Amino acid sequence: MSTDTTISQRPTPPSYEVPKAIRFGALAVGFLVLVLFPLVFNNPTISTIGVFAMIFLMAVTGWNIFSGYTGYIALGHAVFFGIGQYATAMLASYWQIPPGWETFLLIPVSMFLAGLAAIPIGLIVLRVRKHTFIVLTIALMFIFQLFAYNLRGWTGGSQGLEVSQPPWDGSIFNLPYYYVGLFLAIIAIVTSFMIRRSKFGLSLLAIRDDEDRARSLGINTRNSKLTAFVISAIFLGAAGCMYAMFVGSVYPQFSFDPAFDLELSIMAFAGGLGTILGPSLGALIISGAQQYFLITFGGANVFLIVYGALFILILRLLPGGVVPAISDKWRSHVVRKEQRILDSESEGPAEAGAHK
Amino acid sequence: MTLLGVEGITKNYGGIQALRNCTMNFQEGAINGLIGPNGSGKTTLFNVMTGYETPDSGKVTFRGKDITNSTPDEVFAAGIGRTFQLTRIFPRLTVIENVHIAAQRHGLIAQMRQWSQPDERARALESLDFVGLTKLAREPAGSLSYGQQKLLEFAFIMVAEPKVMLLDEPAGGVNPTLLKHLGGRIKELNKTGVTFIIVEHDMEFVMGICDQVSVMHQGSALLEGKPELIRNDPAVLEAYLGTDMTEVK
Amino acid sequence: MLVLQAIIEGVLVGGFYALMAAGLTLVFGVMDIVNFAIGALIVLGAYLSYSLTIHFHIDPFVSLIFTTPLMTALGMFIYVFLIKPIKTNKVVMSLLTMFAVATLIEGILDICYNSGFVQIHASYINNSLRIGKLNFPLIYVLSFLLSAFLLSCLYFVTYRTKFGRSLRASMQNPVAARLVGIDTDRVSMITLGIGIGLAAIGGMIFGTTNAFNASSSYDIISRLLVIVILGGFGSVGGALVAAIFMLVIQDVVAVVWSPVWGSTAFYMILMLVLLVRPQGLFGKKGVRAQ
Repeated sequence: MSTDTTISQRPTPPSYEVPKAIRFGALAVGFLVLVLFPLVFNNPTISTIGVFAMIFLMAVTGWNIFSGYTGYIALGHAVFFGIGQYATAMLASYWQIPPGWETFLLIPVSMFLAGLAAIPIGLIVLRVRKHTFIVLTIALMFIFQLFAYNLRGWTGGSQGLEVSQPPWDGSIFNLPYYYVGLFLAIIAIVTSFMIRRSKFGLSLLAIRDDEDRARSLGINTRNSKLTAFVISAIFLGAAGCMYAMFVGSVYPQFSFDPAFDLELSIMAFAGGLGTILGPSLGALIISGAQQYFLITFGGANVFLIVYGALFILILRLLPGGVVPAISDKWRSHVVRKEQRILDSESEGPAEAGAHK
Repeated sequence: MTLLGVEGITKNYGGIQALRNCTMNFQEGAINGLIGPNGSGKTTLFNVMTGYETPDSGKVTFRGKDITNSTPDEVFAAGIGRTFQLTRIFPRLTVIENVHIAAQRHGLIAQMRQWSQPDERARALESLDFVGLTKLAREPAGSLSYGQQKLLEFAFIMVAEPKVMLLDEPAGGVNPTLLKHLGGRIKELNKTGVTFIIVEHDMEFVMGICDQVSVMHQGSALLEGKPELIRNDPAVLEAYLGTDMTEVK
Repeated sequence: MLVLQAIIEGVLVGGFYALMAAGLTLVFGVMDIVNFAIGALIVLGAYLSYSLTIHFHIDPFVSLIFTTPLMTALGMFIYVFLIKPIKTNKVVMSLLTMFAVATLIEGILDICYNSGFVQIHASYINNSLRIGKLNFPLIYVLSFLLSAFLLSCLYFVTYRTKFGRSLRASMQNPVAARLVGIDTDRVSMITLGIGIGLAAIGGMIFGTTNAFNASSSYDIISRLLVIVILGGFGSVGGALVAAIFMLVIQDVVAVVWSPVWGSTAFYMILMLVLLVRPQGLFGKKGVRAQ
């Protein structure tokens, strides 16, 4: 066996990634835009769109940590979104939390409860794969919706529950929600990034490509999947809590809504399933568009049509999403450049000139 | 010394008996061949030995320890690596990521650290060098040719430094030049102390490389011995001829 | 007596779910597609029959002559333009596509018919059939007979015709089927056509026995999904048993305990079954490692 020690010091093969400077530059610009957004557009209508965008940003990033990395498309994450909402509404009245800053303390509690619920749920649904998994997650969401309807004593049934809102002035009302949402979304993105570059993340991607093979290489697939499932549920719980506080009411059909997971998957697919920032990009654009439509056209049914049509279009035209499309472009650009250099080195200056 | 052994293994699928009271021992440090006509239970035996199937009865032992009910990941962690009949790599990950997957880490904190630690990277590049794929390290593994994928599969198992490697038809669909290369790699790795168990239909390949050959027939061990003996044994010939003529070259 | 009545009613209504689940399973078996849009398509079928009865005073059973071919064509259209072009990751992509189709249909129906509840009407709908001390709504009996008839047709087509042979071949091994000259594309197109054509009939049955609006589709799809999971994906017999079983349990629990817990009880049974058998009651165990 060739056991020279110089291997690790030798120059690594060429990288096809977009250079660090460009990536960090784009990230910094994006961050700045998000921080300044509500200060520039201080009209409450616009900043409301911003708050919803932040909620979806953390939700889709959380969803992507599980579904994007492992390839298990979960269409029942509304369960954790709903648990976050009901936990917030029920605990706020049970602990008699006065409307105001204190309500925000329910965020970690909701995250904890959603994560806790994800353990038994994950143990059940992660025993099956592919379509059975997808269908099972959808069925689970309907079960939770039924419980929300039927356990009237706790959930108020179809009457729903109220979360009383703080008496803040309308002009600044949205700001705390927006910045807390942004903070949580950034935590979600950083977590997603840390996972993607970790050994754990590599295991998840290996599971996505070939689960049995991953298992035969010593990866504990059950624990890896379950861990990712719980982490993703935690962020859905946070999103649910923010949603309940901001909207001020909780209903079974909106908390456990089958369309919610459709929205998440459209965002993720549009941006790039399994990439770190693709889903975020999708969330910002699509949830922004959704709120805009809602304000302009009013009816939710118009939006169902737009969503359905948009999703079909995305699946047909850009199944990989925007971000992978860009990195593919970059990749072929680099390869072509390398090829040119190689050609000019090997074939002499006269030949190289002909390539121009 | 016996490294990996099965004892009285029986496995049924519905009405079909894939393995019947199969007993076999594989010697440490040897390149063991496992041959037999189609449907004689070779792949099922591999599945049982690597934790993919639980036998209806019988025992699998590795270094004297009972591993019959271990899961595939536990079996691998214990030091038994395997390849599949149809090559299975991770097509959407790059070649270098592929060779990092099998590097074992223990504990949650270690799992959360970056996927390519310097020592792991050195080992990964070393094994890519060993099979000659270093140049392709950044390519998505799915874009490699079939033969290259076989080499990659070989490389990513090597990274975990298994004590024994189970190869399921490594020669299938590989061109002669690459096959020679692969045979050379197996022999070289064997010199460092890795035991091999190879299921293969290509008799030239098996006879050329193996120290010891076991023959399976109808789910149980027919006989075992040196390649020269097996080649001329009438019982082996009959097992093949009796079921499928085309198997014999 | 009430319990007996509940059991028989469960069987009668179960016929409808059995028929729909059989369509779902068939489509899944041939194409690996979970037709998530079936709920919305059933509601579409119900609205089509509803419109025909309201505007042209056609009997709901007669309206099927118009709606079934229309929906079959729609199914073929969906196959050719949405499903066939999918090349990679077919199982997941086709499910998401069907999900999108469902949303699209729901949105359109919601706009066209508002969200008020309606029910298909005919002169005999409130009649009932009396056997001994038991009383059954006539429409339940009629729809059960129709479902049973169609299920036998389905059985006949799959097991006694040339098309059925191609269909079963495509279910078992699409590659081999293609090799022996079966046009699997055509088989898939027709199968999805049949599956969605059945939704027209199912829609009429659903619309005469229930008040519905555009979002009733979720009610249907959640039950159907549970039935096919419980029965085991791809098993037609399993779907039949599970459908009848579910409706009986639901009706009995509703009578003995309380109506709100009817479907919850069924979901709990599903969870318990899956804990023991993740592949469902009649499903095959996962693929062997190769």
